[in-house]
Amino acid sequence: MALLTIRDALNQALREEIIRDENVFIMGEEVAEYDGAYKVTRGLWKEFGDKRVVDTPITELGFAALGVGAAMAGLRPVIEFMTFNFSILASDQIINHAAKMLYMSGGEFKVPIVFRGPNGSAFQVSSQHSQALEAFYANFPGLKVVMPSTAADAKGLLKSAIRDDNPVIFMEQERMYGMKGEVPEDDDFTIPLGVADIKREGKDCTIVARSMTVPMALEAAEKIQQEFDVSVEVIDPRTIKPLDIDTIVSSIKKTNRLVIAEESHSFASVGAEITYQVMDHAFDHLDAPIKRISTVEAPMPYARNLEAAALPSVDKIIAAVKEVCYI
Amino acid sequence: MARTAATASSKKSPSKPSAKKPAKAESNGNGRMAVVELMNAEYQKRRKSQIEAIKKTDKKLLREMLYQMVLGRVFEEKAAEVYRMGKIGGFCHLYIGQEAIAIGSMMALNPDDMVITSYRDHVQAMVKGIAPEAVMAELYGKEGGCVKGKGGSMHMFSKEHEFFGGHGIVGGQIGVGTGMAYAAKYKESGQVTLCFFGEAAVNQGIFHESLNMAQLWKLPIIYICENNQYGMGTSQERAMSTRNIAKKAESYEMANEFVDGMDVMAVRDAALRAIKRAREESLPTLLEVRSYRYMGHSMSDPGNYRTREEIAKYQERDPIVLFQDSLKTAKVFTDKDFEAIRQEAIEATKKAIEFAEESPYPSESELLSDVYA
Repeated sequence: MALLTIRDALNQALREEIIRDENVFIMGEEVAEYDGAYKVTRGLWKEFGDKRVVDTPITELGFAALGVGAAMAGLRPVIEFMTFNFSILASDQIINHAAKMLYMSGGEFKVPIVFRGPNGSAFQVSSQHSQALEAFYANFPGLKVVMPSTAADAKGLLKSAIRDDNPVIFMEQERMYGMKGEVPEDDDFTIPLGVADIKREGKDCTIVARSMTVPMALEAAEKIQQEFDVSVEVIDPRTIKPLDIDTIVSSIKKTNRLVIAEESHSFASVGAEITYQVMDHAFDHLDAPIKRISTVEAPMPYARNLEAAALPSVDKIIAAVKEVCYI
Repeated sequence: MARTAATASSKKSPSKPSAKKPAKAESNGNGRMAVVELMNAEYQKRRKSQIEAIKKTDKKLLREMLYQMVLGRVFEEKAAEVYRMGKIGGFCHLYIGQEAIAIGSMMALNPDDMVITSYRDHVQAMVKGIAPEAVMAELYGKEGGCVKGKGGSMHMFSKEHEFFGGHGIVGGQIGVGTGMAYAAKYKESGQVTLCFFGEAAVNQGIFHESLNMAQLWKLPIIYICENNQYGMGTSQERAMSTRNIAKKAESYEMANEFVDGMDVMAVRDAALRAIKRAREESLPTLLEVRSYRYMGHSMSDPGNYRTREEIAKYQERDPIVLFQDSLKTAKVFTDKDFEAIRQEAIEATKKAIEFAEESPYPSESELLSDVYA
């Protein structure tokens, strides 16, 4: 095991996959000479050169499209969006082209491509740079959506995403790039897509969290344990699509209570989908209505206090757990 | 009726300077009438040398070119007929009048070269090697279709034939095609990519983003703008601030050429030059191939934006008629040969219809297959 930041774990995954498969290349804005806007690709251009690590013009629709065509013709592109906010410009290629290609070609053309980059809020970057878009992409059949929350998951899941034959939306979180965790040193270490992870075992209440809300949920769980002697289980689906609903349902059958913590807006969110699926599979096991913590229904404000008020927090999660546990 | 629209637009801007008058004339169809005259004059000038070129061209190839053009025409006329009978659903965009573009350019390719196009894709699919049976069955939404009835008219594909589709979002395939060429260069496969799109797609951002990257990274691709002069019902001059599409490539320092799209040999010549540039120098080219769509944008188009006279004027320069005329003058083929070719195309179309009629609908298990690999 090595103690790595999420940033370096992602970097290792990219490096190992570039070495492993000659068809893998990384393309995006500032990924090469600049070493990556968030340094995820640090050192890769120096090591592998122009062919494998490619700086693009600021032309998101164009290089996303180029990636789709290259994937159809046999390559395995990893397309970096400096942030997923800019992927909206490319969404025609992601949704209308990458997601549909296999189906509308009757299985003729696969699109093995990874679109990756930071998703959600950063530090006071205001409305156009703080959006969590997982529900948007997860809504379209044909795409897989992955959201790691630890260094080990980041590495193992990114390697699986690159090896996957489908278009994968791989969502990182800028606030989390510096977070450290133990990562297996095996260069063939992967984590399968579509398998949830129980980040903390508990018996009284389940929190389903993803990406940035996972560390928040773990901190909330500790505090609740100490203050109220309530044992909270934290589940991280890791992959939003396909969603490992079985692990969530098993947990609820044990705890009978569910809180969902997510960074996206609440309306038509992944949390809303999980709520429906839990109702469908475990309605009779619920002892309290499901509570959900999301970002408020407003564009992200700039001011520090307003930004904090808009986002999920440890305190908000604790309040929700207390509510479903009737404390 | 097109004149009514022009009058309305001129009323909106009564104070426009007199220099704008030609534009006004163009918008009532006079511009397109003038263009067809000009194209014809140019054609007459080069006709003699072209006949010489035909004499030097392999007879088998010439026959195949003519056959594919006639097959495209006969096949699509039949498709229109069965569409009206309700056999084909959804959108159905016909290529009638534009056949010289696909045949002239694609028959200059190697078999392993790659092709991608828009939703007006039936003829390109067949020229690339997909059997007429599989194209017609796809139009019928049957299991025997080239994509098992999942794509329909707009989404023909075949990996075996390096045919990358059939795409429904205007301009989307320009970026995808750029990526195919990128892959060919990356793998050093020697393949060239032909990427077709209509003139209306040139106004989309993806056209400009793609051309910039293709020239920047020197990609082996030929962008073929099939200028049929209408984006749905909106004529080019009502949608584009400039008329010269080929010249747009110069903003990217890209090689470009304007081609008479009714003259299959001219298209072939230009394509051969562009393919050579792509194959030998790994450089892109933009070809603007001026053509004309005889039918509506799709089968549901009422066609009230242009006059019958305009359509008739362009039909005088029908690409099949022009080609046959040159072949006859060059003494390569006779009317009897043309009739035999036409019968062959009618026979192939008949077989395609029979196959499509008999092919079963896809099984319900297909509904959820091919969503993920």
